[in-house]
Order: sequence, then C-alpha cells, then structure tokens
Amino acid sequence: MTLVTGGVYALLAIGFSLIFGNARVINLAHTGFFMLAAYGLWYFMRQLGIDTVWAILITVPSVTALGILAYRYLINPIREHHAAVLLMTIALAMVFQEMMEWIFSSLYWAVPALIPGFTEILGVRVLNQHLLTLAIVAAVIVIVWLILAKTKLGIALRATAQDAEVANLMGISVPRTLMITMGIATALAAVAAVAVAPIWTIHPTMWTPPLVMIMVVVVLGGLGSVKGAIIGAFIIALVEVLVSTLMPSYAYLKVVFAILAMVIVLSVRPGGLFGVIFEEERL
Amino acid sequence: MLRRLLNNFRWSVLPVPGRVIAIVFFVALFIFPLITADTYYLYILTISNLLVIFAVSWDLLSGYSGQVNFGHALFFGVSAYSVALLNKYFGLQPWATIPIGTLVATGVGVLTCFPALRLRGPYLSLLTMAFPLMLLGLVMAFKDWTGGEFGIPGLPDLAGSKVAEYYICLIVMTISVLIMWKLTDAGSKYVRTGLIFHAIREDEIAARASGINTIKYKILAFVIGGFFAGLAGALYAHILGTVGLSSLSMVMSFRAIIYVVFGGIVSIYGAVVGVYTLQTLLQFLGVGGTTFVGEHQILIMAIIVILILLFMPEGVAVWVRDKIERECPRCKLSNAAWRKECRACSANLR
Repeated sequence: MTLVTGGVYALLAIGFSLIFGNARVINLAHTGFFMLAAYGLWYFMRQLGIDTVWAILITVPSVTALGILAYRYLINPIREHHAAVLLMTIALAMVFQEMMEWIFSSLYWAVPALIPGFTEILGVRVLNQHLLTLAIVAAVIVIVWLILAKTKLGIALRATAQDAEVANLMGISVPRTLMITMGIATALAAVAAVAVAPIWTIHPTMWTPPLVMIMVVVVLGGLGSVKGAIIGAFIIALVEVLVSTLMPSYAYLKVVFAILAMVIVLSVRPGGLFGVIFEEERL
Repeated sequence: MLRRLLNNFRWSVLPVPGRVIAIVFFVALFIFPLITADTYYLYILTISNLLVIFAVSWDLLSGYSGQVNFGHALFFGVSAYSVALLNKYFGLQPWATIPIGTLVATGVGVLTCFPALRLRGPYLSLLTMAFPLMLLGLVMAFKDWTGGEFGIPGLPDLAGSKVAEYYICLIVMTISVLIMWKLTDAGSKYVRTGLIFHAIREDEIAARASGINTIKYKILAFVIGGFFAGLAGALYAHILGTVGLSSLSMVMSFRAIIYVVFGGIVSIYGAVVGVYTLQTLLQFLGVGGTTFVGEHQILIMAIIVILILLFMPEGVAVWVRDKIERECPRCKLSNAAWRKECRACSANLR
C-alpha cells in the first residue's frame, strides 16, 4: 500500500513541483485536473461503455488540453502575483468540483479494475490492479526523468526553471516552454487518475485530500525539485500507512502527522529537504 | 467638540462621494431593524457582519503586512471550538466564553508565528493553509469530545431576541472595523503600525535596514489578525448555536480571501463591500436554496472570482472609487470626479 499511495502522490507531486519550478505557479487546481480525469474515465467507461484503452486515450489528452487552455487564458495573465494565482487556481478547482457535482450529483462512483485478479508475492496476495498502478507509476517516472535529462525539451525546461530571463536570451521561447510544462504536469495528474481510479472512489470532493498530501510532499521535498517530490511522496505515504495501520481508530491523525513532519522540516530547513532556494526575482 | 465634528463632517465627508456612501451604508445598517423585523433577513445580516470582521482581519494580516495567510479559518475555528467546549464542559455563558475564545485565538496567532516567521512567499501560504487542516484531523480523531462531523450543538444564544443579537454584532463589527482601519492607516499621526505594515510588505529588508523591528511587527500583525478573527468566530458560534467542521474548513479560509479580493485587497472598505455583495446579496437572491442562485452559490462565487482576477485585479470597490473620486495632484486630497477644481487648493483637476 505504501508503494501504491506513494507512487500516486509522487506522480501528482512531480507535476505540481514541475509547474512551480518553471512558472513559479502554485497550482492548487492540480488535483482538480486529477479529479476531472477520474470522472472522465468513469464517464467514458461506465456511462458510454467505451473500451478501457480508448477511454484512457480520450481522457488523458482532453484533460491535458484543458490544463493548457486554463494556463494560457486564466493563469498566465496574472502569473506575477502569487497570491492571485493561488486564489485563481483554488477558484478553478472549486468550479470543477461544483460542475461535477451539478452534472453527476455528489454520489460515490467506482471504476472496475483495469485487470482483475491477484498475484501471490512472498506469500502476500497483491491485487493485480495495485501491481498495474505501480508499473504505470514507475514507467511514468522513468519517462519524465528521461525527458528532463536527455531531450532538448528537457534542457529547455530545466533552463527556464533556473533562470527564465537568461533562458529567454538563449533563444528558448519561455511562454511556450511554460505551456509545455503545464501540459506535462496536467498529463501526469491525468495518468495518476487513470492509475488510481479503480482503487479510490470517485466523488466531487476527491481532490482535497490528495491536494493536502501533495502540498505536504512538495514542501517537504522542496518546491521545484523533482527528486525531492519523489522521495517526499514515499516518506509521506509511509507515514500515512503507518498511522492508519498502527492506530486504526485514529486514522484521521494521518494528516496531522504528515503536516507535523512538514512543519518540523520547514523549521529546520526552510527550503525543504532538496529545496532549490530561489533568489528574489529580478525586476 | 460637537461643532468640530460637524465641521469635519461638512468639509471632509460631504464633498467626497466614497465617504458619503460609507456613512449612508452604516446608517442604513443601524436603522435596518426598524424597516423589517423579518428574522431571516436579520440573521443573514448578522452573519454578514461577523464575516466582515473575519475578512477585514485577513486583509490586515495578509493584505497590509503581506503575510499571505491561507488558513485564516484556524483562528476562527479555534475560537469557535474553544467557546463550544467551554460551554459544554464548564457551563460558561457567552459573556465569559467570548473573551476567552478570542484570547485563545490570539494565543494561536502567536504560536503560528514561530514557524511562520522563518518562511516567506509561497512557503508561508502553504504552511498556514495546512494548520487548520491539521486541527480538522485532530477534531475528527477525538470524536468523543468534539463531536466529530456532527459538531457541538446546543450553545446558548447571544441575547434574548434576534434584534438584540443583530445590534450586538453590528456594534462589534463597526468598532472592530474602525480600530483596524485606524491601525492600518498609513497617514496616521498617532499610530505607526499602518506605515510599518506597508513597509514590511513592500520590502522587508529595507524596512529592517531603516531600524524597524520587523519580527515584532509581524508578530503584532498575527496577533491582531488572530484577535479579530477569533472575536468573529466566538460570536459566530453563539449566533449559530452550533460549531461544526465547516468553521475550520479550507472553504472558510478562502471565503475571507474571496471577499477581500472581490472588494479590493489592501483596503478595509474593500472587504466590507466584498462581504456585502457576495455573501449578503447571494443569500438574498437565493432565499430557501431552491433558485438557481441558491443551489450553485459556490460555483457562482468561484466564477466571479476568476472574472474579477482577470479583468479587475484591483477589486470592485477600488475600481468604483477610482471612477467617482479623483486625487488632487497638488495636495493629495480626494475629490469627487465631477469637480473641475480641487476643493482645498483649487488646482485644476482636468
């Protein structure tokens, strides 16, 4: 369970961290897109009866496109004021939530497992769905790492994260890079939703608990650092699972412990574990 | 004394439309129960007045001193819950619970400072956002004491009648807003806090370099913000008669922010305008929750916020003020927009 939860948090946190590192945008609507993708998958599979693969192929790109559009028309114009951005993205997430509640009502839905059955590993029965989720998470993390490390686009992304002005001078189109970043981030959220939709229940407020968790993860690992996001995700998932197995009656305390961990780390190292401490933006 | 007040009123209130509107608005609020004694409308306005205190205290902390707090519901909820617990387990009455609740919230404000002073910008916002969520987890974990998702019902009323409750909240609101307005007035001759808060927001390093103890003033901002938010929370608990999870939720924190941003950030009147347009107007329009507006309040509020941020980033109240008032370029007094000459120095305004 640690691995599955940690993997999902890692996928969400990488996207969150990427968009913060590059565009200095804290995208609180990030898990909103995650929720939209889960709903999309459910809608296409259960309501329209489309084949699983096609449902995924429709959902992920359309959510990604929505994310890019939201970035282009809603976030980009006010990117300079971070309080305004926080407000805008939370408003956007609320719009998503209310829309989903309006259209699909606030009931709980479930998506069937993408592959049924279970496998026995070391005497423990593991659901195949969990294995698939893990495989998706691992594959996506490797792909993202390859893109960031090896391709020209990845170099452009990292250059923009380090210093947008100099990157601009070097001939990198910063606005386009930022839009691509947003696209990758939302796509990651959508993939996370695909991986996790069969395990979690789908309802309009499903975006808040993971949002809190990935905030903790990202702040713990350091805003803007992909490595930090992955390691932070597994730490937090471990804390969460430990709390809910050791003290089942106090399962609600998992948020408390997670946030406590974040507060302690921040008090000792204000930049997070692997934080990139950004110098003040030049005027 | 009275004569001076009257002169003041005649020469510095009447010629400025914004101030006339503010005075008319407050007079209208005070005579409202004479027009209608409908308890539903009185109730809505009472809640709005408390939300005004809450929103203005957020504006003071985050707008003026720049410590962008995304968990302002922490103070509100802590105060509401301590009021409820004191009443439930010690049987204390409102006259005792409200001051204690407010003090507890103020104390929490001081405690928040310890991690908050080390951080700035987005880290601070995320950290403060996490605090009320942490408390929510605690409330849910100790259900036997706090009632969990059902909250603590059965608190005594603030006063005997709805009209009395309305007047108590209105007077508390007026006094609190006046105090916070004075505290944040950058041009004031008596209190320096307004100017210092502005300085800290604009450039903390420069403020420290000019000999301001920024740590002290940041703590002060948290204390004032916590105090007034706590006051609002304590009164809210007694007005509603029950305390639930909603008083600590993220939505509660964002309500304060949404009102202030709608009205105009870094302006006390902006928060008042925000609450009275978004909260009161939407409540009046959505009577009973059966109309379209009543059912989709949050959706409408969120869309309004998005539109405001895109097209009117300075806020509605400030936008309107700029339309009806103009600052004299020579003596910096504000004038009605339709005047040709400044009312004090007769400089040309066009």
